[in-house]
Amino acid sequence: MMDHLAHFWHVLLATGLDVLPIVLIIVVFQVGVLRRPLPHLRRQLIGFSYVLLGLTFFLVGLDEALFPLGEIMAQQLTAPSVIGANTANSWTAYLWVYVFAATIGFATTVAEPALIAVSIKAHEVSGGAINVWGLRMAVAIGVAIGIALGVFRIVSGIPLQYFIISGYILVVIQTAYAPRSIIALAYDSGGVTTSTVTVPLVTALGLGLASNVPGRSPMLDGFGLIAFASLIPIITVMGYAQLGQWRAHRKARQSDKLTGE
Amino acid sequence: MKQGRYKIIELFINSLRDLAPIVAVIAFFQFVVLRQPIPNVLNLLSGLLFVVIGLTLFVRGLEMSLFPLGEAMAYAFARKGSLLWLLLFAFALGFGTTIAEPALIAVADKAAEIAAQGGGLENTSVAQHNYAIGLRITVALSVGFAIVIGVLRILRGWPIQYVIIGGYIGVVIMTWFAPPDIIGIAYDSGGVTTSTITVPLVTALGVGLASSIRGRNPMVDGFGLIAFASLTPMIFVMAYGMLR
Repeated sequence: MMDHLAHFWHVLLATGLDVLPIVLIIVVFQVGVLRRPLPHLRRQLIGFSYVLLGLTFFLVGLDEALFPLGEIMAQQLTAPSVIGANTANSWTAYLWVYVFAATIGFATTVAEPALIAVSIKAHEVSGGAINVWGLRMAVAIGVAIGIALGVFRIVSGIPLQYFIISGYILVVIQTAYAPRSIIALAYDSGGVTTSTVTVPLVTALGLGLASNVPGRSPMLDGFGLIAFASLIPIITVMGYAQLGQWRAHRKARQSDKLTGE
Repeated sequence: MKQGRYKIIELFINSLRDLAPIVAVIAFFQFVVLRQPIPNVLNLLSGLLFVVIGLTLFVRGLEMSLFPLGEAMAYAFARKGSLLWLLLFAFALGFGTTIAEPALIAVADKAAEIAAQGGGLENTSVAQHNYAIGLRITVALSVGFAIVIGVLRILRGWPIQYVIIGGYIGVVIMTWFAPPDIIGIAYDSGGVTTSTITVPLVTALGVGLASSIRGRNPMVDGFGLIAFASLTPMIFVMAYGMLR
């Protein structure tokens, strides 16, 4: 607990410094250009200090408890003694790494604050049509698939761009068929998935794998997991909306059949 | 006030639920797969408590401050009616929040190391430092540019898919020409630029703009700013890799 407290002030200061440019820009434009006081200034200030304190608590907790353990686990799972037992690159040798990649991708995305923010906003703007939990699940499943695919790429050594460009083609095809109101939100969900919680754990996994899989260099092959985690959720969120549309369509047809003829 | 207290308790329970999957995954792998005890259980538990408190405060602060702030500024700019100032604000917000982003600083340093190893850069710490700073400025410029384009799109009502598909084509063309060792970093840089405070602020700005302009639908037109901010860095970073 004492370690946490010492660390706390350090992180609070660092978070404050990160936020400083944003605060400066807002103040300059508010005072210099818009020239009107912010509504509910007191409430805003209290809310902003909640954000700052909240992020600090969050980061300290992650730094002290989750990240070290997660990083050790990523290293242990990718250690030569675990994956290199049979040097043939058969995928079963990496089974646990795939399971870990998918589940840790899913779990960290569920706890990602930026995604919670966007889901709350989407729920509010859509008048409740978009379910906060449903959207978060769709994104988390996307990240799970993305990280597992990214691990497969590191293990197999297939160039990153082949996967990403195929993903783009799929996104373009889906865009043509997905409901119009979900498209912008789906594109956004790619960018919000990877921040505070996901990036450090996933980076540890990628670098650990790339240093231990024979023939891979951590410098060249350790990157790319984040790219997968930002692309696949676009596909799953559009898929989630398409599934909803398809089910509504089928239900409507069935009730037509019952009442129509 | 009493309502506020209930709200906090509800948020606290939500945060506990949000964290449960991580605990489950770590426990499963630690006990079942790696078959090791958890080191320093007390430390882990107090750390988890910190994470839950942090998430609760963050979400509460979000609804009290970041969302209303972004929307209030969007309405104020729409009422003022000056396109130039709005675009300047959009650029400053994108650039300013990205240049100091810790995840980006880490990625830029790594990229400099790779460039030095690949022989494209002198293997001195000064050269590496300059390279990393250059990369950070490049990414920050690209995010500023992205928010400007995104705001223009909301104002003009351009369909988002055309702009995004245009960006994808840009990425594919750049991938063709860029040096292979920059591609992984370029692709990753798209994901790391958008921080936890920027996302709610920028989202509220977009939704606020789309709801204050007649003929725009906040659902169709309000989202999408984050999407641009994760796409343009890929193109700009590959360009940086080619020019260096």
